[in-house]
Amino acid sequence: MLFFQSLISGILTGGVYALAAMGMSLVFGVMNISNFAHGELMMLGMYLAYYLFILFNIDPFIALLIIMPLTFGFGYAVEKTMIGRVIDHPSENQILLTVGFGLIMSNTALLAFTSDPKILTTSYSSSSISLPGDISVSIPMLLSFIITCALTAALYLFLAKTKTGMALRATSQNREAAQLMGIDVSRMSSIAFGTGTLLAASAGAMIAQTYYIDPFAGHTFLLKSFTICVLGGLGSVIGAAVGGIVIGLVEAMSSAYLSTDWKDVVVFVLFLAILLLRPRGLFGRKGEQ
Amino acid sequence: MLEICDLNAGYDDMPVLKSLSLSIVEGEVLSIVGNNGAGKSTLLKAISGLVRSTGSISFRGTRINGLKPHAIVQKGIVHVPEGRKIFPEMTVDENLTMGAFLNPKEYRRHLDMVFSLFPRLSERRKQLGGTMSGGEQQMLAIARGLMGSPKLLMLDEPSLGLSPLFTESVFSSIGEISRSGVTVLLVEQNVCQSLEASDRGYVMETGSIVLSGTGRELIENPQVKRAFLGM
Ligand SMILES: Nc1ncnc2c1ncn2[C@@H]1O[C@H](COP(=O)(O)OP(=O)(O)OP(=O)(O)O)[C@@H](O)[C@H]1O
Ligand SMILES: [Mg+2]
Repeated sequence: MLFFQSLISGILTGGVYALAAMGMSLVFGVMNISNFAHGELMMLGMYLAYYLFILFNIDPFIALLIIMPLTFGFGYAVEKTMIGRVIDHPSENQILLTVGFGLIMSNTALLAFTSDPKILTTSYSSSSISLPGDISVSIPMLLSFIITCALTAALYLFLAKTKTGMALRATSQNREAAQLMGIDVSRMSSIAFGTGTLLAASAGAMIAQTYYIDPFAGHTFLLKSFTICVLGGLGSVIGAAVGGIVIGLVEAMSSAYLSTDWKDVVVFVLFLAILLLRPRGLFGRKGEQ
Repeated sequence: MLEICDLNAGYDDMPVLKSLSLSIVEGEVLSIVGNNGAGKSTLLKAISGLVRSTGSISFRGTRINGLKPHAIVQKGIVHVPEGRKIFPEMTVDENLTMGAFLNPKEYRRHLDMVFSLFPRLSERRKQLGGTMSGGEQQMLAIARGLMGSPKLLMLDEPSLGLSPLFTESVFSSIGEISRSGVTVLLVEQNVCQSLEASDRGYVMETGSIVLSGTGRELIENPQVKRAFLGM
């Protein structure tokens, strides 16, 4: 039964990883920038969920309705004022800027909220459903998985069917050609970064009941998001969704059958192995680039 | 229709175009020929706003250099870049939809028009751009440009890498496009064929115009013959 328990918790955790990684992948695809502040954007979502609950008693999942537009606007503005300025610069500059931006965020959080970890406890934080065979499914994780699925579907439809979504894809496939179609690519970058921020913050808000909330809580997710993006093929949003589930499963299985201490090592080894064996990822891009 | 005066442009510290001047008359097919590295593609990029320039480019009386590329497309100048640059993971249909990004209202009419120009595309509507052959990609690139309903269509080496048969059909579609009222600026390595298909031409050398004349005059010019036609 250990297997099924790990399978289920792996998939549920993987969903959250997927959500965060899709945001990173979208930003990478459209802007060709690796966002090292992605973990801090998750941390932002965690604190927002925490304070909306503490101060206004808003359930973390309902709070998404506030957090999503807020963080989209935040990301949009950050891109316009900061990240967008280095889009044509060498990648060292871009890395320095996003790392620096992340540091500013985490240190601001440190000043504002101190380093004491916060715990968000709702009435159902530790409730779970029992399935036959002694398997338990955490309610918050199940809810977050369901919402993740809905968000993924919404993102997919947005990218596939809407005019702006198609323009985002076009920009990610060939920025220069997109400009020649009359697409305002700097606006697309802002939208991509806003959407990436929204996805990271939503992921953060949804795990706020499951993980400790502190200014550096996003760090562990940064490496995971990178691993997932590389696994799924950099810039491929659907690849990131699948990659997230894969990493969730790998972690759960290695915690179950090796030891909890080994799960990060296994993920990291996997990261290196993919880079060596399949640098374009499982869903790597065909054709150009 | 387009007046370029004393244009300078380049990349980072490297100047490419050196006080270049030329003009395009409404309704004509104009060729620009020149050796590799002469700056032909850079000139088109300067016109479409991909490369910054100093000097003046004015289109129908208004200055356009300094505008963002999407604003220039809005004015009716469409640039089909060298090397096709279609969207590889989009279908033919989606590529064409992107071409009509700024005027979706005319989508149907333009779609019928490009399908009658390139019937092969209408058989491949669901195929991914990246999986098409080079010639098909070139057709798609031109068709995608036409979807933007250009007043001035700039084609950068549309026959690059195409077999003689495909090249022939690209040139005949350029004729049709021109007859439909679009002004065409053509950059080509295929000097003889492109000058024949053009009303006028310019010869470019290291960033400046060195010769100009009607297509016929240039083909018969001894300098052109020596430099490009190996005669
Ligand atoms: N992105 C770039 N960065 C730096 N230099 C460039 C860039 N693109 C072109 N150049 C340089 O500018 C000069 C002119 O290039 P351009 O592409 O305009 O030539 P061209 O006339 O189109 O040549 P071809 O016939 O080979 O296409 C060349 O020396 C080239 O190396
Ligand atoms: Mg060229």
